[in-house]
Amino acid sequence: MKKRRYFRFSTLYQAVLLILMYVPILVVIVYSFNVSKNTTVWGGWTLDWYRKMAKNRGLLEALKNSLVLALLSSGAAGIIGTLGAVGMARIQWKSKAAIEYISTLPIMIPEIILGMVFMAFFAMLGLPFGMVTLVLGHTTFCVPYVFMMVKASLVGIDRSLGEAAKDLGASERRAFFDITLPLIAPAVASGMLLAFAMSLDDVVISIFVTGARTNTLPIRIYTQLKSGVTPEINALCTIMLVVTFLLVGLSRLLGSKGRR
Amino acid sequence: MRKPQTENKDGQLEIGRTETGRTETGRLETGRTEKGRLETGRMEKGRLETGRMERDRMGGTGKPKSVMRKGESVRKRTGRDGHWWMTVAPLYLFTLFFVALPLLYLLILSFLTRAQTWGVVNEFTLDNYVKIGKPVYLDTFKESFQLAVLTTVSTLLIGYPFGYFMARLSKRAKSLMMLLVVIPFWTSALMRMYGWIIIFRSKGLLDKVLMGLGLTSSPLKLLYSYPAVLVGMVYSLLPFMILSVYSSTDKMDWSLVEAARDLGASRWTAFWTVTVKLTLPGILSGIVLVFIPSMGLFFIADILGGGKVMLVGNLIQAQLQSGRDWPFAAALSVMLMLFTSVMIWIYRKVAGVRELEGLL
Repeated sequence: MKKRRYFRFSTLYQAVLLILMYVPILVVIVYSFNVSKNTTVWGGWTLDWYRKMAKNRGLLEALKNSLVLALLSSGAAGIIGTLGAVGMARIQWKSKAAIEYISTLPIMIPEIILGMVFMAFFAMLGLPFGMVTLVLGHTTFCVPYVFMMVKASLVGIDRSLGEAAKDLGASERRAFFDITLPLIAPAVASGMLLAFAMSLDDVVISIFVTGARTNTLPIRIYTQLKSGVTPEINALCTIMLVVTFLLVGLSRLLGSKGRR
Repeated sequence: MRKPQTENKDGQLEIGRTETGRTETGRLETGRTEKGRLETGRMEKGRLETGRMERDRMGGTGKPKSVMRKGESVRKRTGRDGHWWMTVAPLYLFTLFFVALPLLYLLILSFLTRAQTWGVVNEFTLDNYVKIGKPVYLDTFKESFQLAVLTTVSTLLIGYPFGYFMARLSKRAKSLMMLLVVIPFWTSALMRMYGWIIIFRSKGLLDKVLMGLGLTSSPLKLLYSYPAVLVGMVYSLLPFMILSVYSSTDKMDWSLVEAARDLGASRWTAFWTVTVKLTLPGILSGIVLVFIPSMGLFFIADILGGGKVMLVGNLIQAQLQSGRDWPFAAALSVMLMLFTSVMIWIYRKVAGVRELEGLL
């Protein structure tokens, strides 16, 4: 009897909190179908804003930039992070702990500091602000996600598998590609997907390291939120949400495959 | 708002290029030291590997083949183990050049003098740090700290029960719940803030619901207020708390709670003396994970506070983009980082002590 009441309270609590978590998101989605331009008035359902969005060159350009940026930085992070994590498990250098610590700093320190650091640093280097600086900046905070995921998955892998392959005559490289890589592949993929999502979402660092001509989607949304939004932004957010759903699903699928 | 900012940046760049003759050499020097460090790193590696080699030879770690190979010569053994340095090289180089070096530059920048019009003059000064002591800026730090504490306490109070209940669900329900918690976390932070704007806006959703229910008679004007910023902060950071509490509760040994109950402890006593203590690592990591970002989330204060709430993050941003006082912004960042490091340090220390207590 007692147990059931406990169960009910916990269910209620979780349900209420989950609803609160999703309300702001649902609100944005619902108002993307609003006829009225003003979010304080409900004017009925329409798909106009999606049509308008599809014709809005600036928005599409920003979307394209965001996708390219996320792809490049999560890709670079995938290579650097995976190789790094695999190599770090093998080497015994004194500097290892320090480098590991420094490499995870970008997700430890407040984003604003990272943004300011990159802005000052890139200006000093004389790099042209734009896609290059964006990719460099984003890669720094993407690397830790991949690195940490792969590192964690390496712990669970039986080392003797790789050694067995080598004893059977496989070269180090062959053992890595045939044994280790397939085993850590799900972790690499889910780390990269996480990095991808983080890059797609980032506004703080992007604002500091972008140039005059390169807009990313979050930057555009941010500036519009401060000046005045049209439901086109709602429509765009909704589409991004669908993309995120697909990414989460994919990452989970890969994750569950890895566990098997 | 956007356009002037970016024009500024471009302007800076050009002027930076013409003016920074001195800075240029400064950079070269740091570059050189960086290389120097790298080389010592490599040397160290050599030394270390010899060390390991000897250890292997003496202790015999059960890999006779590789020991034999290692025995040949430190330099020659590039065949088996030797090329691992290549796999970590990208991480090393990238980390040193794009994380360590920029942070070092931030530190240097914070001691430089601001130029009359643009950029930075290479003259050592402590003025930037002295300036932080001014009441205006100290107040910002205080306000920021208060909001961060308030945010952290709220997320703990709201998130702990959630994480705790989550860990008690069945395995399938757990993974479903995990997914449900993580999805909002993965959607754009801006989109969620936008949702709150729609809700909080005068005559917005919340006002309509409350007035419809007859609870309030006039719009609450919640948008651009302190509570709105707090809600936005708690909302964005809650998943961190939930997930850290969940992971430590999930790992917890429930038989200890049962033992306490068997020995006559009430539900509450068992909870406070056993569960809370055992989940303390999760609570602490949640606190750190929430507290640190909450000092710097300037865009939430910006969007939901409408300039009424000023955080350290906002101050830094203002210095960078309108004030153009980079050295001062750097000094503020250094202070914020020091503050964050102290937090992490305390956390490690406290967590360590607790772990010891648990052992006893």
